Amino acid sequence: MKSNIAVTFENCKKENRAALITYTVAGDNTKNISLKILNSISKHADILELGFPHNTPIADGGQIQGSSYRALKNGIKLQNVFQIVKKFKRYNPNKPLILMGYFNLVYQCGENNFLKKCKSSGVDGLIIVDLPFPENKNFAYKCKKNSINFIQLLSPTTPIKRVKKIINVSHDMLYYISMLSTTGGKLKVSPKNILKNYNRIKKINRKKNIVIGFGITNKTIASLKKADGLVVGSQLCKTITNSLKKRLNTAKVLDNMVYNLKKKII
Amino acid sequence: MRIKKGIPLIDQHDKNFMYGGKFGGNFIPETLKKPIDDLTKLFAKLRKDEKFIKERDYYFKSYIGAPTPFIKLENLTNYLGGAQIYAKVVSEANGGAHKIYNATVHCLIAKRAGKKFIVGDTGAGYAGKMLSMAAKKFGLKCKIFMGAKDIKRQRPNVEAIKKNGATIVPVTSGSQTLVDAVSECMRYWVANNDTTNMCVGSTVGPNIFIKICAWSTAQISRELIEQIKDEFGRIPKKIKLLNCVGGGSSAMGFWNEFMDSDAEFIGIEAGGPKNSNLHAAPLTNGSKIGILHGAAQYVIQDKEGQIGTTESISAGLDYPGISPLHCFLKDSKRAKYTSATDEEALKAYRLVSKLEKISPSLEPSHAFAEAIKIAPKLKSSDIIIVNSCGDSLKDKDIIKKKLGSYIR
Repeated sequence: MKSNIAVTFENCKKENRAALITYTVAGDNTKNISLKILNSISKHADILELGFPHNTPIADGGQIQGSSYRALKNGIKLQNVFQIVKKFKRYNPNKPLILMGYFNLVYQCGENNFLKKCKSSGVDGLIIVDLPFPENKNFAYKCKKNSINFIQLLSPTTPIKRVKKIINVSHDMLYYISMLSTTGGKLKVSPKNILKNYNRIKKINRKKNIVIGFGITNKTIASLKKADGLVVGSQLCKTITNSLKKRLNTAKVLDNMVYNLKKKII
Repeated sequence: MRIKKGIPLIDQHDKNFMYGGKFGGNFIPETLKKPIDDLTKLFAKLRKDEKFIKERDYYFKSYIGAPTPFIKLENLTNYLGGAQIYAKVVSEANGGAHKIYNATVHCLIAKRAGKKFIVGDTGAGYAGKMLSMAAKKFGLKCKIFMGAKDIKRQRPNVEAIKKNGATIVPVTSGSQTLVDAVSECMRYWVANNDTTNMCVGSTVGPNIFIKICAWSTAQISRELIEQIKDEFGRIPKKIKLLNCVGGGSSAMGFWNEFMDSDAEFIGIEAGGPKNSNLHAAPLTNGSKIGILHGAAQYVIQDKEGQIGTTESISAGLDYPGISPLHCFLKDSKRAKYTSATDEEALKAYRLVSKLEKISPSLEPSHAFAEAIKIAPKLKSSDIIIVNSCGDSLKDKDIIKKKLGSYIR
């Protein structure tokens, strides 16, 4: 059976457009609000990434750190993250949801136990930022056995030989990091160059769905729309920060923002 | 879990860079895979390169001032009664602490790699001070990441870093101490590894940084083993090597050459304020294994895996994790670990400074506290050597506040 993620990419391809992927943090700034956000943005986004926050994130920039900090301060636990997923999936069973975070939380929970919870709550995929190939071989295999997509990352520093190996073991989706940066950095490489690198990787196996992330905002997204999918994260976290400050309805503000992002790539 | 004889400890890992199958490894974002791989290959080559070794030894001698003194603490020995107490006065190294070895080697490597920038983290400010010193010496541009709380409490080192022309980046996230400084420094390297080399200030982080650091500080025990032979004619049977451990770089250097000998290793962690639950002693207090800064290690954390808050009077030991090498030494029972409280460290500082010509900073004062505790129970045939790896001058403000006066 095809995964929700694979089906989503197929559908986007039929419509001849990139998939829109959002990233928000579970529990930012409360459990309820983060669920409301998921529900509202899922009308426009094709795939939802949901961060499970860690307090020592070594690859995240200020915006996502801020979101994680808010969520942790309000007491979010892993168990709550899975509850949020479950509640969301009850009404959106076919909308792919990917959990993203750091390995220590998986490690403390126990790999098998973590995957069991993923499965029972309806998680479609996992991105573990600090578990690279080949260290992730075992865990990625376990994910596959549980019909959960393990999403491998590729970066501009990944040598082409390694890219080939990673593509070979990849599941339905890969994540290409646009530039040398933590999340939310300013795009310091031109979109043209990002796409050039992207196409070099894409050429290796055209069937693989490869999305681009890091530094993508409403200003840059249109210029990258030839990719299979585009991830917007930090800009959403920043928008949450701002709407909290102004006491606006966060879910509504995000709804608007994601709607506008989508408009730019169709 | 067992330590193999005849093989350097830093090389006793498996193909995934894990020690004892459990500690260390490279839990890093994909972007760092290649730069870490490059650095690993370069270092493997340089370790075998006679010219490089010569260069290292030249700078260790002419620039750092090797060997640092090895002295008997006659007054302290007489005062306590029992074991003979000695100190390896590593604080006499250029800059005032062992951090200069790692900093110098990283700068030499950065030069070989053709990099013009170097970044590093710091807690007590020593790692930062030394890196900025070495960077200046070798013509590299330098950035130091330091927790905002540490910037306030380690003023003398902060001023030294600035004087050396390095930029200090205050880290205001989380606990605003070393743990956040390391995270922020790694993030910076994720974004700038094409032009910049990173120096991790202790034997922590991804495997290659543990290796480079322990390989560099090993100079301490290379000197000491000769000094001991000069003093005693051989390595005495009953000898205890006491060293404070935060990340664990000075202890690794202090013990390395004695790994296959009968010398007993005692590591002293920061027990934090008396009657407080907060501490920085993951080995003493039975913390669980977790992933921190790219490596598996015993680490202070909650049930879910969020890294815990630590507290210690010594900024240099105020770190929730501990080198995977020390975890390996603990589980293989090669070394023993205990802790000293803030109060015990302060008392030890005062006693040693009063009786002897040396004045240890608050980090080695933790090790002196243990020496003071055990020496009276031992015989005069027992030898205790404490690594006095920092000078109290940097802690002047804290000591004044806590004890009312500062002596040196």
